[in-house]
Amino acid sequence: MATIKRTVEVELSTTGLDAQGRPQRVPLAVAEDGSTVAVAAPPSLEPELEGEHMLINIGPQHPATHGVLRLVLELDGETVVRCIPHIGYLHCGFEKIGEYRQYNQIIPWTDREDYLNSIGNNVAFALGAERLFGIEITERCTVLRVIAMELSRIISHLVWLGTTCIDIGAFTPFLWLFQERENVYALLERWIGARLTTTATRVGGMAADLPNGWTEQLQTFITLFPKTLDEVDRVLTRNGIWVGRTVGLGAMTAEEALNYGLSGAMLRASGVAYDVRKDFPYLDYETYDFDVPVGTNGDVYDRFLVRFEELRQSVRILEQALRRLPDGPVNIDDHRVILPPKSKATSEMESMIHHFKQVMEGPRPPIGEAYVAVESPKGEKGYYMVSDGTSKPVRWRIRPPSFVNLSAIPRMVEGHLLSDVIAINASIDIVMGEIDR
Amino acid sequence: MSPSSSFAPVIPGSGLPAGSPAATTPKQIPHRGGPVNPTVDALREKFGAAIQRVDVVWGETSVVVERSRVAEIVRWLHDDPGQSYVYLSDVTAVEFRDVEQPLEVVWHLRSLAFRRFIRLKALLPKGTPLEVPSVYPIFKSADWMERECYDMFGVKFVGHPDLRRLLMWEGYKEGFPLRKDFPLRGRFSRAEQLRQALAANPEARYSKEELSIADAFEDLPQDMRARLRSGEKTGE
Repeated sequence: MATIKRTVEVELSTTGLDAQGRPQRVPLAVAEDGSTVAVAAPPSLEPELEGEHMLINIGPQHPATHGVLRLVLELDGETVVRCIPHIGYLHCGFEKIGEYRQYNQIIPWTDREDYLNSIGNNVAFALGAERLFGIEITERCTVLRVIAMELSRIISHLVWLGTTCIDIGAFTPFLWLFQERENVYALLERWIGARLTTTATRVGGMAADLPNGWTEQLQTFITLFPKTLDEVDRVLTRNGIWVGRTVGLGAMTAEEALNYGLSGAMLRASGVAYDVRKDFPYLDYETYDFDVPVGTNGDVYDRFLVRFEELRQSVRILEQALRRLPDGPVNIDDHRVILPPKSKATSEMESMIHHFKQVMEGPRPPIGEAYVAVESPKGEKGYYMVSDGTSKPVRWRIRPPSFVNLSAIPRMVEGHLLSDVIAINASIDIVMGEIDR
Repeated sequence: MSPSSSFAPVIPGSGLPAGSPAATTPKQIPHRGGPVNPTVDALREKFGAAIQRVDVVWGETSVVVERSRVAEIVRWLHDDPGQSYVYLSDVTAVEFRDVEQPLEVVWHLRSLAFRRFIRLKALLPKGTPLEVPSVYPIFKSADWMERECYDMFGVKFVGHPDLRRLLMWEGYKEGFPLRKDFPLRGRFSRAEQLRQALAANPEARYSKEELSIADAFEDLPQDMRARLRSGEKTGE
């Protein structure tokens, strides 16, 4: 690979994966019987340029890096020899701030960390805090949270697919997908009152119950949404340019993907059927009927296919959740943890005391620790909380999936062409707010 | 590309006996006690006194191990077919508000084949060097997690090939942000932080180390070369 300098002179094609799972790029020639054969590298046209390497700096301000990511690339011709990622431009110390906040006060910070999945983070944090408090949430709250998580998975995947299309040069699907995303945001706005920074959960419940007529609107959405998916499917999945720009790029074998700690669609595209919802379930996910899509090659195209199928599976889960949504209270009946209703707080002595204690001191979990992981759209998102018995955590750790996924980018891009770096980087589905925290 | 004929997906839970029930959402978890992860018995048998304490808190098994043998224990957990903890979820550290309490380094490991979760801890008492063996040779995923932990807590992972700051910049002089003795607003005053930011030389972000990888150092302007040669570091 390194001997070919002038990539423009020969037709390059990816014939397959080598023993390490990396795509082989060799010049091809057509033999007399019509089969393609690899040809020897042509003599260098400009021998004096042999061994000359170029340095390319992508980012931190670059539209294709999806945030303030900086990649320093060493190029041999057009081939990436070495890649050094630099992160931290968006670091604002969420974990440190969390040590100075009560549990419910941390929930707004989780919106701003993976901001495409804010309601999913709210749910994940609340689950972690409830483990630490030893709280069992109500039936209705469980189903509402499943709905929230799947809506947020849909939003995140839509943004990912739309922006990846733009990166690779397809504009139309971006518009279709973002229109659907607006529909989801409209639903969230009616439910929570906010689009992006939802702060939807509380420890022990939700900020709000569904408004009247909301379930019908969601029903309309999940009836119409698969039609958009079919349209995008028709435009992208067998599109020659799309396939040509994604197949064989950034391939990881299953063993490697596990060793590099990839999770979510990145891991499943490599053939590991690990989904937190199935293997370490939460929110009664084991009672829903859905499939975990798995890829075979672990390349950018497989990651696209896996995420696309996950969109359809999310719709399936939403349908089941809507069907089983029980009536009943959303919040637990324990006003030491969750605020009493305002009418009670202003009329009953006991509720007023609970309200005062909670606002001034905050609920206190017993001494202990909990690591609760959920399947966020990007992968395994874990919240690790340690309590020393006070109302503020000693340590609040975010296990960011795209942070770990991004750490494998040097392994994925080295040996590929410069233009493929953009496609591979897009396929990781990074959100810098989550990586830098 | 057609899938190769040898393709076989890795299925979690494959190590469990056939007919085992599917994983379910844990309910009514006790605060202390409850079922212990069966790996603990195997660990005790294999490593004896290196396993210092075992707690089950909120249904999760925490094992405190001797800090010098962490890498060895993680290697065994990863390689042993009866355990196969092939997924490293997280590496982090915890410092308590009580200054007497040792700093803890925490590893979260998952065994996909047996659907198990285990938490390893190493205690680093105050006053001892904050050093633990790196698990990077076993898990590539530890690369950035250990760098972040070093960046935030100053814990040195011995054996990590490239233990530099990750989120903060190389020339960051205020210490380790997640330590409890680090004030929330930073160690330097706002005025000093501003002064340092204005005095920083953006060109120096292209540090000598990064540029020399591409042999592009000689192409730099004369004055920048001179500055970098004299040992100027990134961001200072």
